[in-house]
Amino acid sequence: MRKFFPIILVSLTGLIFLIRLLYLQVIDSSYEALSLNNAVSIKYDYPQRGYIFDREGNLLVANQPSYDVMVIPREIKAFDTLELASLLNITKEKLIERLDKARVYSPRLRSVIIPQLTQDEFALLKEKMRKYKGFYIQKRSLRDYKVAHSASVLGYISEVTQSEVKESSYYKLGDLIGRSGVEKQYESLLRGIKGVNYVQKDRFNREIGPYKNGIYDTLSVKGKDITLTLDQELQAYGEKLMQNKHGGIVAIEPKTGELLSVVTAPFYDPDLLVGRKRSGNYTKLYYDSINKPLLNRSLQAMYPPGSPFKALTGLVALEEGVTDINTKESCSHGFRYGRNARMGCHAHFSPLALTPALANSCNAYFAKTYRRIIEKYPTAHKGMDVWYEHLSSFGLGNYLGNDLPVGQPGRIPDGDYYDKWYPNTRWAATYTLSNSIGQGEILATPIQMANFTAAIANRGYYYTPHILKAIDGEPIKDEKFTQKKKTSISTEHFEPIIEGMHQVYTSGTAKYLQIPDIEICGKTGTAENFTRIDGKRTQLTDHSLFVAFAPKDDPKIAIAVIVENGYWGSRYAGRIASLMIEKYLKGKITRKDMEQWILTHSLEEEYLKPYSGEEFKINQ
Amino acid sequence: MGKSFLPDWFTIFLYLILVLFGWINIYSASLNDAATGFFDMNQIYGKQALWIGLSLVLIVIMLSLEAKFYYRFSSIIYLVSLLSLLGLFIFGKTISGATSWYSFGSFSLQPSEFAKAATALALAKYLSDIQINIKSFKNQLSAFLIIALPALIIIPQPDPGSALVYLAFFFPLYREGLSGLYLILGFSLLFIFVFTLAVGSLWVSVGIVGIALLILFFNRKKKRKHITRYVVLGGLAILFSLSVNYIFENVFEQRHRDRFNLVLGKEVDSKGIGYNTDQSEIAIGSGGLWGKGWTKGTQTKGGFVPEQHTDYIFSTVGEEWGFVGSATLTLLFVILIVRLIVLAERQKNQFSRIYGYSVAGILFIHFAINVAMVIGIFPTVGIPLPFFSYGGSSLWGFTVLLFIFIRLDAARQEI
Repeated sequence: MRKFFPIILVSLTGLIFLIRLLYLQVIDSSYEALSLNNAVSIKYDYPQRGYIFDREGNLLVANQPSYDVMVIPREIKAFDTLELASLLNITKEKLIERLDKARVYSPRLRSVIIPQLTQDEFALLKEKMRKYKGFYIQKRSLRDYKVAHSASVLGYISEVTQSEVKESSYYKLGDLIGRSGVEKQYESLLRGIKGVNYVQKDRFNREIGPYKNGIYDTLSVKGKDITLTLDQELQAYGEKLMQNKHGGIVAIEPKTGELLSVVTAPFYDPDLLVGRKRSGNYTKLYYDSINKPLLNRSLQAMYPPGSPFKALTGLVALEEGVTDINTKESCSHGFRYGRNARMGCHAHFSPLALTPALANSCNAYFAKTYRRIIEKYPTAHKGMDVWYEHLSSFGLGNYLGNDLPVGQPGRIPDGDYYDKWYPNTRWAATYTLSNSIGQGEILATPIQMANFTAAIANRGYYYTPHILKAIDGEPIKDEKFTQKKKTSISTEHFEPIIEGMHQVYTSGTAKYLQIPDIEICGKTGTAENFTRIDGKRTQLTDHSLFVAFAPKDDPKIAIAVIVENGYWGSRYAGRIASLMIEKYLKGKITRKDMEQWILTHSLEEEYLKPYSGEEFKINQ
Repeated sequence: MGKSFLPDWFTIFLYLILVLFGWINIYSASLNDAATGFFDMNQIYGKQALWIGLSLVLIVIMLSLEAKFYYRFSSIIYLVSLLSLLGLFIFGKTISGATSWYSFGSFSLQPSEFAKAATALALAKYLSDIQINIKSFKNQLSAFLIIALPALIIIPQPDPGSALVYLAFFFPLYREGLSGLYLILGFSLLFIFVFTLAVGSLWVSVGIVGIALLILFFNRKKKRKHITRYVVLGGLAILFSLSVNYIFENVFEQRHRDRFNLVLGKEVDSKGIGYNTDQSEIAIGSGGLWGKGWTKGTQTKGGFVPEQHTDYIFSTVGEEWGFVGSATLTLLFVILIVRLIVLAERQKNQFSRIYGYSVAGILFIHFAINVAMVIGIFPTVGIPLPFFSYGGSSLWGFTVLLFIFIRLDAARQEI
């Protein structure tokens, strides 16, 4: 026993060590990460964000340098809090609060203490920051807007949130990310790829060279420059015309689907959302519940399309063969279609065939024609489905699939839709008659209206509207945007409709809006709309709508204009559409008085009515 | 020397492997930008190469001397060694807080590294005397004194780690017939000490009473008459437990207290006292199965583990050679120590056997305490890993210690 005890003791000790080593080195894998935390730090090299140009090559968005003050809490050495706080231009309490927050986030990762200093602020700090251990200045690039318009289309960038950092392997706290508009949609193109350098550190946190001779390091890749389809002059002019009004303008080049202009009003200067002033300004915009400037009305607001929709009703009727260009319908200030049901209309000749009916916007004609379409089929349900199929081929009733990050589907009802309203299919075409004139259950966004106008201008097809024209000078090849989308209507049916839209200008509801030397086709719209005030459905002044394209035989622009509560179609929207077309096709405005009228007329009072708490009159 | 000179080549082989593998790791742990070559004398690894070279000279000298020389001169060697330790109080040089060094220009020597061999010789000489009986209490006391003298001189230098090593002499004492009760007593005190710190003296007292009752219950018939003995022993144990807190708070220094608290899991402070152990565990743990490769260790390169080329050299092995490397090293030590015990057992004379057991004991204590400290299962005690850690005195001390025994073993037919 005495001989063996020492040998047993030695062997046992060896065994215990082996078990402990096995645990440390093989079983518990957490040490690997701990050692990397210790000895390897990651440095990023931020590339320039890509520039944004308009279709003519005008620079819209460039970059400006900005500097973040960052901190790695565990590297902080004792320092004069008060002095640093005054240097950073914040209170001591605020500084301590932010340091605590950074420590809670992570003692060893970088957190931002003061984001986005300007060049001047940085110059003051640069020399003095050295004596504060653990504090760093990280250079980034901020947006520099060369134009004061198109804020909602261009979008803005801001710091990533903590949850985004958690979800993504790319973004680190303090990184900037596109938040809306083009910046958000094309974030991956614009941001480039940041360079990563792994640096080996010693225990004093001094850098002692690249980690593993830099085999994991990557170079930064500059963001791509992108060219938008926007025409910045037209865009600027659109915003100018829309001042003091709510609504939207969408202009499309029919031959390509390129968005020439996407205006939403009210609008704001994109520079408001740059740098440190961003969050304050954003809050102001966010809480402006009357004007809702952050809502992109051109893409997100769904309006009843009103009379312009009659063009589509006409097309579907021709395609379904329930009418022809000679069939006339009578109208006596409207017509009765049930015991207590009557659709009103304004004064015009009667009876009218399709083309003049469109030019004169006869409600009765299209209501009766609509009824024929639905009743062509054995059940109203089936008829409604056919109707839906035709309209959805124009990009209505669903998301358009355009390349801007916000949108709404609009609404085109089908058979199922009414089955829900009227169970046991106890409904008929007459229940849904308002659809024929773009009221009733029909809703569309301005961009959808511009798109169906483009499809009419093209005599039966459209390209999905898009904002991106080229990447680093290379035209886009995305088939989503370069492939024709055919509507369900045969080409020959478009001529009578286009003729009707042309007569709107020559003899119809917009004859005062003609542009000299340009053959223009359009359609006015006046859409009833309602809101809830104290829970009571209240009618507001009609929306003023207008769709148009020009020139008639070689369309270069299709446009939809909505001016909320602008009363009848030609009053605001018609004028604005006419001016926009002239601006785009001629490059100048010849009708200065019309321009002046638009610029000097404000609808601000109209918009305040529902919030005034008093009785008010509409359609004045 | 004659034809009877037969050194144990296996042990020499193990020695050479450990020294060379040690140097390879010291090279990695001390590599920096200023390095010019493997034998750059301004670098730590260059100096270690020199120490290794000089060790070979020492080995030749040790093996050239006759075995009888060690037996005859052991008392004188011991006395010289004691004097050299005492001389430190007058001529000693202080390096990192301990006055344990003689300085000759740029070169320092640590006499306590050699005192172990001297003590082993003296103890072997004393116990191998035919008139000495280890069972006699008087002789036990003398043997303890031989062991304790150098330790007592070393403690106030202060170098408690090196003093702790003298516990190694329980190995030969036990082999030669010292009552196992001493061992049991020692372990009991250690257990009571550690458990009192961990759970408090109340629970330890309850435990002691419980154990005493159990023993009493199972030995009812035979040992009833010894009941007073149990009561006295139990009472003493409880008294000791109660005094532990006093010893801990008043006899120990704060750094010792911290080290205990750390291993007992009472303090978690990776910046302060726990830093060494934490970093060492991280380095070893991040090595994984196969290690990061020689000179590729991020922790070693970054110098995160303090004293990595000396006391914490094992962490370099763990990081760069992985579990495979550290397990191999552990096994090498176990094999070496077991081999020494086997060699000691085959000695025909008592002197060689006692000396052999002393060598095995000393190497074992160093190995066990050092590795246990580096892998975080024992409080921080600053003692080197034999043959492996950087340092001329340490390397030479162990070389002398080992090769005296190899010389004695080679001459086992002679004496």
